[in-house]
Amino acid sequence: MLATLGIQGWTFLLVGLSFSLYIGIAIWTRARSTGDFYVAGQGVHPVANGLATAADWMSAASFISMAGIIAFKGMGGSVYLMGWTGGYVLLALLLAPYLRKFGKFTVPDFVGDRFSSQVARVVAVLCALFVSFTYVAGQMRGVGIVFSRFLEVDITLGVIIGMGLVFFYAVLGGMKGITYTQVAQYCVLIFAFMVPAIFLSIMATGHLLPQTGLGAQLESGSGLLQKLDTLHADLGFDQYTNYGGGLFNIVCITAALMLGTAGLPHVIIRFYTVKRVRDARSSAGWALLFIAILYTTAPAIAVFARTNLIDSVHAKPYNDAPAWFGTWEDSGLLAWHDRDGDGVITYAPGKVVQGRPVFLDPEAGTPVRGAHGQRLIDVTTAMPDGSARLAPGRNELYVDRDIMVLANPEIAGLPDWVVALVAAGGLAAALSTAAGLLMVISSAVSHDLIKRTLVPTISEQGELLTARIAAGVAVICAGLLGIFPPDYVAAVVAFAFGLAASSFFPVILLGIFWARFNAAGAISGMLTGLTFTTGYIVWFKFIDPGANSADNWLLGVSPEGIGALGMVLNLLVAVPVALMTRPPSDEIRDMVRSIRVPG
Amino acid sequence: MSTQKTNSHETSEVASTQISPSKQAESPSPTGDVSGHFHANLKLIALLLAVWAFVAFGLGILMADWLNQWRLPGTTFPLGFWFAQQGSIYVFVVLILIYVRSMRRIDRRFGVDEA
Repeated sequence: MLATLGIQGWTFLLVGLSFSLYIGIAIWTRARSTGDFYVAGQGVHPVANGLATAADWMSAASFISMAGIIAFKGMGGSVYLMGWTGGYVLLALLLAPYLRKFGKFTVPDFVGDRFSSQVARVVAVLCALFVSFTYVAGQMRGVGIVFSRFLEVDITLGVIIGMGLVFFYAVLGGMKGITYTQVAQYCVLIFAFMVPAIFLSIMATGHLLPQTGLGAQLESGSGLLQKLDTLHADLGFDQYTNYGGGLFNIVCITAALMLGTAGLPHVIIRFYTVKRVRDARSSAGWALLFIAILYTTAPAIAVFARTNLIDSVHAKPYNDAPAWFGTWEDSGLLAWHDRDGDGVITYAPGKVVQGRPVFLDPEAGTPVRGAHGQRLIDVTTAMPDGSARLAPGRNELYVDRDIMVLANPEIAGLPDWVVALVAAGGLAAALSTAAGLLMVISSAVSHDLIKRTLVPTISEQGELLTARIAAGVAVICAGLLGIFPPDYVAAVVAFAFGLAASSFFPVILLGIFWARFNAAGAISGMLTGLTFTTGYIVWFKFIDPGANSADNWLLGVSPEGIGALGMVLNLLVAVPVALMTRPPSDEIRDMVRSIRVPG
Repeated sequence: MSTQKTNSHETSEVASTQISPSKQAESPSPTGDVSGHFHANLKLIALLLAVWAFVAFGLGILMADWLNQWRLPGTTFPLGFWFAQQGSIYVFVVLILIYVRSMRRIDRRFGVDEA
């Protein structure tokens, strides 16, 4: 494995220190009332809320995978950068201040009260639960993977340790505990992300900031991006800095990610925790600023790492490859299959084998080696559907996208403690997002389902106890999903955004900006958006995955972008239905008017 | 959402008839000019979201490949690439900053400021 004693020692130390910090904060910020538990007593400072929101939002995927995705997609990766930041403009301008003025605890609370409809409330609860469970499974898995990769413990044990930690501070501290641990987690994760990035930038360009290094002039007179475009052209890859077509689909995916971001309950709920309406506005700004630090660095890491990868391995004899090649080969994130038997690594467009490569290990730890000492992968066994495993084309190199962040410190030759820092940062990113999602699940059950729907007479102490139990049960469910991950987790991430974009966002928006909007419009709109988006995604991801290509898509829109069309359909149904049915009562119109002003 | 182009923030009856389908002239809620405030808010939102959409979908996507024939002055960034992966994010931050600042002024002008 990659870890020498030094790296492992450092990792135990840094992860241990960061975990004790989170536990200390949790004890210090115990929740004493339901107000503390659901919305941190509504006393969080806007900068603290911005930090917490940034940690809440940036998941294991943002930290570990995003730079790698961009490195492989090039310009196409822009949809994630713009989609996952642009949503904050919508939040700050269209949702956060008004929901804060409304001043209740949850998103279903707003939907239920605004439309005075229990049906609407329960539909909102179900959406919130589905979206949050989808998301949290991936986070717990991420915790397990970081543990197993850096500390060489079993994934299951890693998930259990993560569960124990989240259980402790979520159940004890509720939103209050989560908020302040998220502040600490943001600091850990951004430090861990920036240190290797800054080193890489100095090495590659002489610039301290990766954001300016990416556009710096090299000694050759051109820039890194021009160099990468040339490398891509030489190797036969698409140009790195151009979209090259499919723009309508790109617009739809970006819009769906933006609208989904603004509609995700675990993000919205954070804006209930500040003191005043103007704090809700400004904390959205702080949150985006803190997110932007990572999001503007990721594309620079992508270019540094991709250039470095091509430069250091393409057309090189395997025996001359840098030391990290062997390290990451051993951990299964790199693989080389010598198609032509010349001992030289050829990197070209296309896959090496269908699916993930399977290594020919007789038992763990003793890989089978080829003629040049490389770890061998299976290229002969047919795929489950009978097709050939070896993919057509010339490409001999398999690279896991996660390597772009995980291997950075080693590629840059950084000291052991920086590698350990990346582990602590990845854990902070995964745990903070998991905690925020568990909060949504817990409050949806104890507040919206028990208190507001089933047992309205429950006492404050009873509700607080229920909330703690719900949080505890949610942690255990999330952990089980992490230990036994259903196959569809990766496939349904598009779901979470599509669902939030096509259900929550338009209904909350109209609920605030159109006083005449009513329950019939909201319910019919949500159901239309949900049915359309769910149907489209389920069809292409599960029922007929073979047909999931541009030729078969509606208007050329992929399942990832369909939430944008779902939102338009939602509006097209919701508005006429609302106009044809009874207007809401005067009390509701007064409520709508009152949430539009701060004072 | 669209707003009309008049400058009459102070005339609340114009605002409430054009912005919300509700025909009630004045809302009974707190002190201050609630309709005028909402009208000014909508104008600001429309302006900022127009910039938001133009930068993200216009410069960052639809025009990006075409903009790549130029470079961001003083750097080697192809211009469209820069908007897609860097510039748009900076613009988003600035848009929220402008909104926060302007809304503080609007809150005070219409007398609905928070304590």
